Amino acid sequence: MTDIAWIDKALTAARPQAMAALLRYFRDLDTAEEAFQEACLRALKNWPKNGPPRDPAAWLIFVGRNSGIDTIRKKSRLTELPPEDRISDLEDHEAGMAERLDNADYRDDVLRLLFICCHPDLPSTQQTALALRVVSGLSVKQIARAFLVNERAMEQRITRAKGRVGSSNVSFETPGPAERAERFAVVAAMVYLVFNEGYSATGEDCTSRIPLCEEAIRLARLLLRLFPTEPEMMGLLALMLLQHSRMPSRFDAEGQIILLEDQDRSLWNRPMINEGLALIDKAMRRAEPGPYQVQAAIAALHARAPTPSDTDWKGIDQLYATLEVMQPSPVITLNRSVAISKLSGAADALAMIEPLAPKLGNYFNFHGVRGAYLMQLGRRGEAREAFDMAIARANSAAEAAHIRIHLDRLMQEGAAPAKN
Amino acid sequence: MQYAILCYNHEEITSAWTKEEDDLCMKQLLAVQEPLKQQGKLGPVARLLPTSAATTLRKTNEEPLVIDGPFAETKEQLLGFYVVDVENLDEALGIARDLAKANLAMGSYEIRPIQMFIPNELK
Repeated sequence: MTDIAWIDKALTAARPQAMAALLRYFRDLDTAEEAFQEACLRALKNWPKNGPPRDPAAWLIFVGRNSGIDTIRKKSRLTELPPEDRISDLEDHEAGMAERLDNADYRDDVLRLLFICCHPDLPSTQQTALALRVVSGLSVKQIARAFLVNERAMEQRITRAKGRVGSSNVSFETPGPAERAERFAVVAAMVYLVFNEGYSATGEDCTSRIPLCEEAIRLARLLLRLFPTEPEMMGLLALMLLQHSRMPSRFDAEGQIILLEDQDRSLWNRPMINEGLALIDKAMRRAEPGPYQVQAAIAALHARAPTPSDTDWKGIDQLYATLEVMQPSPVITLNRSVAISKLSGAADALAMIEPLAPKLGNYFNFHGVRGAYLMQLGRRGEAREAFDMAIARANSAAEAAHIRIHLDRLMQEGAAPAKN
Repeated sequence: MQYAILCYNHEEITSAWTKEEDDLCMKQLLAVQEPLKQQGKLGPVARLLPTSAATTLRKTNEEPLVIDGPFAETKEQLLGFYVVDVENLDEALGIARDLAKANLAMGSYEIRPIQMFIPNELK
């Protein structure tokens, strides 16, 4: 890897912590961003000459803070600082500097920075866009591509979001345990939202949106490094790793969806699965279950099965039952019905989901799953109607195409006896 | 003389590599290992999963303490390591507990899952 490529990676990796600390100093997103930019420019000049610092984040915070103060002084027409000679020879100071930048500060800084992006007045799409811009440092162009909007619209969306956030009153004091837990839950939900923006992509959009999954995983790893004892963060990271591990097998060459049971499991990303399994194993030891851990445990049972017929459906059914209690939702019941269909047949599964119709009537998956059960039960006419309803409610061409394959099969099978 | 060569780096960078970058890196490392393997000079090689997957067992005067996360003290040094193949983290922790008990000194054991393992080629 060239110097510049390495520096680029190091700057990206250090960004959340550096931005978070600079925000605490300057208490203003724009000033913090400018200071960070300036620090990056100096890193690009300085690091190839002097070699990379041992702690890139600490270096960037130190330099960014100085340059930020300098800018503020210039603005208020006071005497300038001579910054260059102060920062030209940092190596000797780094150890002491790193110690002063205590991890306890870091973690609340990063949490605060992410929490600010989750301002309750912002719609969720603006929350995630802002976090990707400010915390992850993705360019407006990258974010626009991921959200399938044009660059100008995204630029406006982010500027508007920043304006809203600027007027918020987020405390810069160290949060108490209750406040920290609350921030943590909000931030975890936002990270999962970023992931799902990428994971729900289908067909041609996939390549531009997969980076969202990777970014969410990177943020979760960062949060878990800062809060190593949070079982729900272990669960969330495990869940995302286990889901993302299947990415290479989820679509065929034409971009059509391949169902879990039809996927080529040899394509699943083993290191990601191993990391996910290790994390869920570790989380379970704490005996503080939560929705992310339970969902990860379900994903783990799929990941552990060498072939679809090895799947522990009984375990999956029990985990969904637990999840239904934690987070009652018709979608969870719908998912649970798949386990029921494997354990005791399509009739029981259908009986389980029929009462959900009033709540899930507009949900693509509900009609798709219902159609599949009806098909298994040989109720072709009703199955066709259900699939038609699913297509009408599909969110993407790939989803519609996937249902159409079922419909085609149904039509062919239905047509065959008529020919005889 | 046998030597252990321990690898250190910023994991927030290496764990954010794309699959292509990661594959390239592994390919280049394996190319270095290959002739060593031929010459019978290569012992076991392991690549560890990120520290977020680590658990630490710290020996105390009473029951050993299990802490989520990697070993983070800077005042103690790495003295050795074991590779064990077990069912789950509990079993690995059980072994670490036995080792802690048998050890005359205090100290800690970081239990870190292995991502990739190449077995011993030393005679």
